[in-house]
Amino acid sequence: MSDTPKIEVSRRGFLKSAGLTAATTVLDTATALAQDAHQAASHGAAVGPDAVPIKLHVNGQDHAVTVEPRYTLAETLRDHLNLTGTKVVCDRGSCSACTLWIDGTPELACMTLAVDAVGRKITTIEGLSHGEQLHPLQAAFIKHDAMQCGFCTPGMVMSCAALLKRNANPSLADVKHAVSGNLCRCGTYPKVFDATLDAAKHGTMSSHLLNLNPAKEG
Amino acid sequence: MNRFAFANCTTVDQALSELKDGAVLKAGGIDLLDLMKEGIVSPPRLVNIRNIGELRGITSGPDGLHIKPLSTLSEISEHSEIRRDYSALADAAGHAATPQVRNMATIGGNITQRPRCWYFRSSDFDCKKKGGSSRECHAHDGENQYHAVMNNGTCASVHPSSTAVPLLAMNARVEIASKRGKRTVKISDFYVAPEKDVINETVLQPDEIITEIFVPKPETGTRSAYQKYGEKESFDWPLADAGVVLVMDGDKCRRASVVLGVAAPTPIRANRAEEALAGATISEATARAAAKAAMQNATPLSQNGYKVQLFQTAIYRTILLAAGQIDRDPSAVG
Ligand SMILES: Cc1cc2nc3c(=O)[nH]c(=O)nc-3n(C[C@H](O)[C@H](O)[C@H](O)COP(=O)(O)OP(=O)(O)OC[C@H]3O[C@@H](n4cnc5c(N)ncnc54)[C@H](O)[C@@H]3O)c2cc1C
Ligand code: FES
Ligand code: FES
Repeated sequence: MSDTPKIEVSRRGFLKSAGLTAATTVLDTATALAQDAHQAASHGAAVGPDAVPIKLHVNGQDHAVTVEPRYTLAETLRDHLNLTGTKVVCDRGSCSACTLWIDGTPELACMTLAVDAVGRKITTIEGLSHGEQLHPLQAAFIKHDAMQCGFCTPGMVMSCAALLKRNANPSLADVKHAVSGNLCRCGTYPKVFDATLDAAKHGTMSSHLLNLNPAKEG
Repeated sequence: MNRFAFANCTTVDQALSELKDGAVLKAGGIDLLDLMKEGIVSPPRLVNIRNIGELRGITSGPDGLHIKPLSTLSEISEHSEIRRDYSALADAAGHAATPQVRNMATIGGNITQRPRCWYFRSSDFDCKKKGGSSRECHAHDGENQYHAVMNNGTCASVHPSSTAVPLLAMNARVEIASKRGKRTVKISDFYVAPEKDVINETVLQPDEIITEIFVPKPETGTRSAYQKYGEKESFDWPLADAGVVLVMDGDKCRRASVVLGVAAPTPIRANRAEEALAGATISEATARAAAKAAMQNATPLSQNGYKVQLFQTAIYRTILLAAGQIDRDPSAVG
């Protein structure tokens, strides 16, 4: 062990890698069990209250995780899968900070039980970018300075990106409607509107990134 | 949240078998999880009905509209036949809560959600609605700016279901299943006033499941509208909401249903407004007179007198909107 290199690790970096290790362990032990538990659950037999192994399909990948039925999807993503992009602010369905997509539709991670998200396609803010390549809407948010403290931002982006997926050419009223549930205490709304309309204008150029072109969705 | 077992069901029969010993149904989960997070209810088992295929779908036939209870508020608000023939219902579903909540919330859960009252919804208060020993309604002498302005003598909570308002105005019926069989309840009999039962707002028993909501086909000449007013113009809980169904003969109103949302502990019909409109030509004057008549017997509390005025505005503007004489009010919650 003496030759182990000394490396500086930031607290967040440490937490991230620790989380990853934990998640991987869970993946190893739970994969087989998850299928059985899900099958049992989907046939009406109750699971819990103790932790149950489940499989969540997040951003195109299956994740095995073991949680009690009372864990919300938001808690599970953040605390068990280290996907901390999804923010929790009110935890009661009234601010939309935790907005993600379930089967392509904007829903609330804080009001969804993880056990109830089994078998669904979950897309979080982390799933919008392709590695270092930002989703055009994320790029537009930076260009238009559409965030301050940033707490509402992932939810805002998920709401607006879902709008662009439905409607490649939205009006200002459409954007306002799409974020009508997203509360921003810092008052970034005008810039969120600008960013979204701008991303829509340049959307077709970047449609390979985000399927902005509804014709491609089929 | 308390620990609980989770039974994911795919058929109504399965769900009925699981629904015992204090188990509670979960549909979209928006109201249930809120109550559980606050510690107001702590069921030992949730029966998840969200994946029951037979409880999904909307069909519009010659007899009327059959809405399965798992239909989401978004699905209802976007349904072309509902928008055309039952527009007050589309309006109500489309203006409840936030887009994200509407994508999750089901109509079965929406009409069955528990009432709004911060004393009821806080575990710090012992309230008779929760079976507590307090004989007084805390809102009577407390903070009551959002509370009921009618029928508020026993309990001043309000039922916030936006969809219940047009459903009551349209004489909807609720089909309910249990192991004992099926029964159908008129929505006017579905809700129970606190004088009759202070703990339960509906006749639904703990072992019952709503399996359909049926709205009879409107007769020719029917027009309807719903509007909701809140503190904000973007999403908000209603402070006053009104649903109006007019059966028109040219300019003349043959029959009217006027229903008020958060005026009382349950959605109520404004009989006096309906009487004032029957046989009348709809105009600003008749609409205002009907709105005034509707609120004649209001009994506002110390802080909510403004709701009486807000209801009058909501009622008369929604009558004129239903009659096609004005556009949607831009200051209504959009
Ligand atoms: C920020 C915010 C704003 C809101 N604003 C509004 C508003 O303006 N207007 C409005 O109407 N609502 C509003 N709501 C409330 C929301 O619409 C309801 O909580 C939601 O509709 C409940 O539906 P659900 O499917 O999530 O029900 P759940 O939470 O799953 O269930 C609620 C209750 O209904 C029972 N239940 C559900 N389905 C059935 C069934 N088929 N048979 C028998 N019992 C059943 C459950 O057992 C539970 O007791 C708001 C909520 C939030 C968070
Ligand atoms: S954190 Fe989920 S809506 Fe506020
Ligand atoms: S940027 Fe701070 S809450 Fe929106």
